[in-house]
Amino acid sequence: MRWKKEYKKEYKKECMEDNNSMENPVLNSKPVPSVETSAGIAETAVPAVLDITESSAVSVPLTPAAEVPVKKKKKKKKKLPPKVIVVENLGVKFRIQEQKVDSLKEYFVRLVKRKLNYKEFWALKEVNLSIRKGDRVGILGLNGAGKSTLLKCIAGVLKPSEGSVTVKGNIVPLLELGAGFDKDYTGAENIFFYGSMLGYSKAFIKERFNEIVEFSELGSFINVPVKNYSSGMKARLGFSIATIVEPEILILDEVLSVGDAKFRKKSSKKLTKMMKKGVTVLFVSHSSEQVLANCNKAIILEHGHIVASGKAEKICAQYEEMIGVKE
Amino acid sequence: MCKHACGMIRIMKDFIYNLKKFRFLFWELVKKDIKLKYRSSVLGVFWTLLEPLLTMIVLTLVFSNLLGKGDDNFPVYILCGRLLYSFFSNGTKVALKSVRKHGSMIGKVYVPKYMYPLSAVVSNYIMFVISLVVLAGVMIFERVPITVYLLQAFIPMIIILIMTMGVGLILATYDVFFRDLEYLWTVFLMLIMYTCAIFYKVDNLKTAANEMIFKCNPLYSLITMFRDAVFGRSIMSDPYHFWFSLCFSLGVFLIGILVFWRKQDKFILYV
Repeated sequence: MRWKKEYKKEYKKECMEDNNSMENPVLNSKPVPSVETSAGIAETAVPAVLDITESSAVSVPLTPAAEVPVKKKKKKKKKLPPKVIVVENLGVKFRIQEQKVDSLKEYFVRLVKRKLNYKEFWALKEVNLSIRKGDRVGILGLNGAGKSTLLKCIAGVLKPSEGSVTVKGNIVPLLELGAGFDKDYTGAENIFFYGSMLGYSKAFIKERFNEIVEFSELGSFINVPVKNYSSGMKARLGFSIATIVEPEILILDEVLSVGDAKFRKKSSKKLTKMMKKGVTVLFVSHSSEQVLANCNKAIILEHGHIVASGKAEKICAQYEEMIGVKE
Repeated sequence: MCKHACGMIRIMKDFIYNLKKFRFLFWELVKKDIKLKYRSSVLGVFWTLLEPLLTMIVLTLVFSNLLGKGDDNFPVYILCGRLLYSFFSNGTKVALKSVRKHGSMIGKVYVPKYMYPLSAVVSNYIMFVISLVVLAGVMIFERVPITVYLLQAFIPMIIILIMTMGVGLILATYDVFFRDLEYLWTVFLMLIMYTCAIFYKVDNLKTAANEMIFKCNPLYSLITMFRDAVFGRSIMSDPYHFWFSLCFSLGVFLIGILVFWRKQDKFILYV
């Protein structure tokens, strides 16, 4: 990955100028060195800088290209939607304790030479990414590739060890629906509690309360403590609360498979409606089919690096190839 | 220098913005603590009143013959100490666990993290204020004269809130990294309790060494001030108590904010 550093600046410049005309600007711009992935695929690598623009005809089923207000910038020839997420040189370092300390003596010995006990591990390293308004970006990768870590950084939950993340607009994370519920609270009380956690005001929740209950289809169960709910009911309620606002950025972490078939249909309909309105979506998945169905752009993460980025179809094909080789 | 100042201004701006955005969450957290505490009990919130009353009766029965000889107002004396101490001990205990308790949420949604310990303290404070009704009742029952000095009681009540918040922030921070703190703190609270003179009178065991111990305990100072106000004396009759507890509380509160602020980004890696 050494080439990254050398080319990064140039890539950025070129990307900034204009890349609408080319199919994959970054690929065409330089003779790109090949990357040897651990599986040994020699892919033509796309550099870590991903400047995704709202480009033309993408054959995604749910996407009439979103019409979004375009900011005028004097120097640019073409109008581009504003960047809403900019990730620069992001790195996240974890410390892993290698052995478990189970005796007091050992603990004190380790306390004295503490530094030797931890192994540093970069979950993300040198990740550069910028996403424009209205983009629906799929994040593909195997387990432990750093997908969730990336989302956590963007959601502002995890502070990066290096680099920066700039986000404009309000984020609604749809991660593990219903995780924020208090099990002793009833559904109705949890609507207020979970809603307040997402930063909604009391007046707003009161106003939309009926709408939430209606969408969740919980009926009289709304006054039952959440500990007596089935997991599907919890997920339905969580989904209904989280999507009651029209977020500018929506983070989906494998949540499209919640509830029964009927609710799944309803929820994906709602998400599609949101996407049409020009919401920026970050979508994490192992499955390239889902990404293909919902996204117009995609990136592949591997061992904390972005190994490929570009249009969804192309990247999905590459991802399938990658998995195929690995098998 | 300028850069530093700009950074500070930005931090303050973010702080105020988040405070506005999440103030509803703060009250929801407070409400949740109070609502759920007595949800499954029959008497519900009445326990807030009943519990100190019953403890007072037990303590009076046990100790009035031993240590409170010749004092008619011994139940009021006990209740004052007991109410303040139990607020401090409950408040810090709940605050200590608060960050870890909400660990799963910390990893998912961005919420200003200081909300967790502070809301825990505030919910306990509200229950403490409710339980003052018992004190009023017992005062009337025991015919303790009600004077203007009673109004001064709000001064130790404010100081103890600041102190509990400060201690709570420090404990919540270090409990994330060092789980044993929970048990250590329980033991330490016992030490504080016995040096608070809740169920005995200091005058009965006055020596120079003993007095030093009491003077080192800010909670003892607060309890003394509170008792002075209840029994119709000025809380400034010994200004040492006022100044010591005030300085200690403000100091601890500042340290608490600093410690919490510096460590909060690491919580997610440990909870």
